[in-house]
Amino acid sequence: MDLSYGAEAESFREEVRAFLKAEWSPGERRKDELKAYVADFRISATDKGYLYRAIPKQYGGSQHPVDVIKAQVIREEFQRARAPMEIAGNGMNMTVPTLLEQGTEEQKDLFIRKTMSGEYIWGQGYSEPGSGSDLASVRTKGELSADGSKWIINGQKIWTSQGMLSTHMFMLVRTEPDAPKHDGITYLLIDLDQPGITRRPIKQMTGEEGNHTFCEFFFDNAETPVSWQVGERGKGWYVSRTTLKHERASIGSADGLGNQFKKLVELAKEVGRIGEPVIRDKLAQIEGYVLSHRYTSFRLFSCAAAGENPGSVSLMMKLYLTEIGHEMALLAQELIGEHAFIEPEGAGGRGPRGPRGPEKWMDQIMGSLGNSIAGGASNIQRNIIGERGLGLPRDAIMSGEK
Amino acid sequence: MMRFHLSEEQIAIQDAIRGTLADVWQLEQQHKFAGGDADFDPASWNALMGLGLGSILLPESGMGLLDAALVCEVVGEVAAPGPLIGQLLAVAAVSRSSNEAAKAHLAGLEAGSTIATLAFGNSPYVQSARAADLFLKGSREAGISLVEAGEGVTAEPVNSTDRSRPISKVSFDGATTHVLFPAGDPMVGKLFGSALVLIAADALGGAQKCTDMSVAYAKEREQFGQPIGQFQGLKHQLAHMALDVEPARAQVWYAAYAHDADLTDAERAAAMAKAHLCDVYVRCARAAIAAHGGIGYTWEYGLNYWFRRAAFNRAWLGSPSYHRARAADLAGW
Repeated sequence: MDLSYGAEAESFREEVRAFLKAEWSPGERRKDELKAYVADFRISATDKGYLYRAIPKQYGGSQHPVDVIKAQVIREEFQRARAPMEIAGNGMNMTVPTLLEQGTEEQKDLFIRKTMSGEYIWGQGYSEPGSGSDLASVRTKGELSADGSKWIINGQKIWTSQGMLSTHMFMLVRTEPDAPKHDGITYLLIDLDQPGITRRPIKQMTGEEGNHTFCEFFFDNAETPVSWQVGERGKGWYVSRTTLKHERASIGSADGLGNQFKKLVELAKEVGRIGEPVIRDKLAQIEGYVLSHRYTSFRLFSCAAAGENPGSVSLMMKLYLTEIGHEMALLAQELIGEHAFIEPEGAGGRGPRGPRGPEKWMDQIMGSLGNSIAGGASNIQRNIIGERGLGLPRDAIMSGEK
Repeated sequence: MMRFHLSEEQIAIQDAIRGTLADVWQLEQQHKFAGGDADFDPASWNALMGLGLGSILLPESGMGLLDAALVCEVVGEVAAPGPLIGQLLAVAAVSRSSNEAAKAHLAGLEAGSTIATLAFGNSPYVQSARAADLFLKGSREAGISLVEAGEGVTAEPVNSTDRSRPISKVSFDGATTHVLFPAGDPMVGKLFGSALVLIAADALGGAQKCTDMSVAYAKEREQFGQPIGQFQGLKHQLAHMALDVEPARAQVWYAAYAHDADLTDAERAAAMAKAHLCDVYVRCARAAIAAHGGIGYTWEYGLNYWFRRAAFNRAWLGSPSYHRARAADLAGW
């Protein structure tokens, strides 16, 4: 075992540092000026080969073979310098990788650059009120227009993050009602700025609402060109299984959890309870899981660097993270005591956040519940671990699922 | 170059040990040993020592605590008897000490013909004490010594809960003692930490075995016309066993690596790993018996041997809460 990155990575680190020193100094710039500065910075960082490494040059990326160690060094140095990395969100995580693997030339030209620049913001159109964990049961209907040039869409989508800000959506619609469940779905891209689409924010239990919460979308004869269909008609389910594999492994994924745990220790100090044996024991118990998560992320990173398959442990990380979040929430709930009476300043994205006392943990306490639902509910994760990880037979009622 | 997963060679060594133990340590031998009054099993001991494991922790071996932990993991997997942790650490201690009289035992320890057992801490209970030629004895306060069996050592057998580790109540009074490291020597803390990591590794192997046995049983046992592992209730319980064990594996690796690389958090990492893995083992052993139903509760099926070993590991050299309290202190909380 060896946790150093090696000499080659360290000299690359020097190079990245020198670049950041020369190119990243936002100073007092604010708002539009800052926005323009960040956009220019991203372009020069891409020219140097530090950003958009998975994207071919012809679509505006820097096109590099997979090198998880270099990617990690870039991440570490950009974070240290507080420099912006790639545009985040569904567009870069889902739309672009899907287009790179399955899109037409026209689609790649139309969408990739504008997604990278942040001009296009993508919402996910998968879930429906009647289709949650059973995603392949989607009922939103797509029918060809009489001249065969457009898809006409009717139905409803829900839980779309960033929905109020989204300019476009990638969605699953049922186009072959008579085909078997998984084979009647088509994957479409759609412009959200049109009369047939209404969107509405859904207020969350945290109180979060407005532009930053998730949304529901209503489609009433909405239209999209047939040329915006990704993959074959009826094969949308399989298109949606495309995931981003490029340089995905990162040690940093565990840092967020580690930082949150440090804050929990700080909370115990702040409320004067760090000296209590019961609290010390509970903290160390939770840290046992935090460390297991951290060192397993080293393991996954190391396997990715060596091009080896880490096995079933990679299926466990989401549920593990969720479970640790619950444990932290329960201890935080104990530690904040009567601060639980107070609604934190700016909770749910309402108004400015600071200054806030221990009651700010109510955000984490509620947010930890979101983790057991979003991105594959915990019981679905348990099925995945049991079936794909341990090889247990599938539930009879779900044996036809894919 | 960054590397934090096992090499093909390390996996091959584990497989070799697994194969060797499979020849000499099956359920039949477990039952026989549990029903007898021997406190040592020469067949499994000689098989392990025949693989040259006695020399893993020599300074010049090119291996380290990680490799020792990988061995202990496999030994824990099959709940094999024998004071292996004491033997490995005795070699580590004697070979690094400057006590020449103690060094005279080194060749025998490496070969396994001389048997050493661990007598750390203030507990009078020692594994395989009647078969042992040497006791690696010590505490953080008093330092670490090698004590010779014979005059001045009495070992009174006790009915041991862990049938794979028969114990005796041992007292020392004027026995021949070779001081290896006085109190305050950094090796004292390192040897204690190493013992914790090796117990954690044994627990990892045992917990994995409990999970594997439960999963295998759930695929084969049928009720209501289908394998019980097809029911979500049990499937989710089994998923949680795996979730408890598999991510914790890297914590054992890290604790061993931190020791080998002399990292500043090595002592704390050992305490955390011992606490966490021993809890995991107890939970998995309980869950395994629940998952098996009635057959798991029988003596004959043998699952109880792992359950008992989990109880032993948990209490050995300090309970999880004891080590968590140490870890809290070491973190400066």
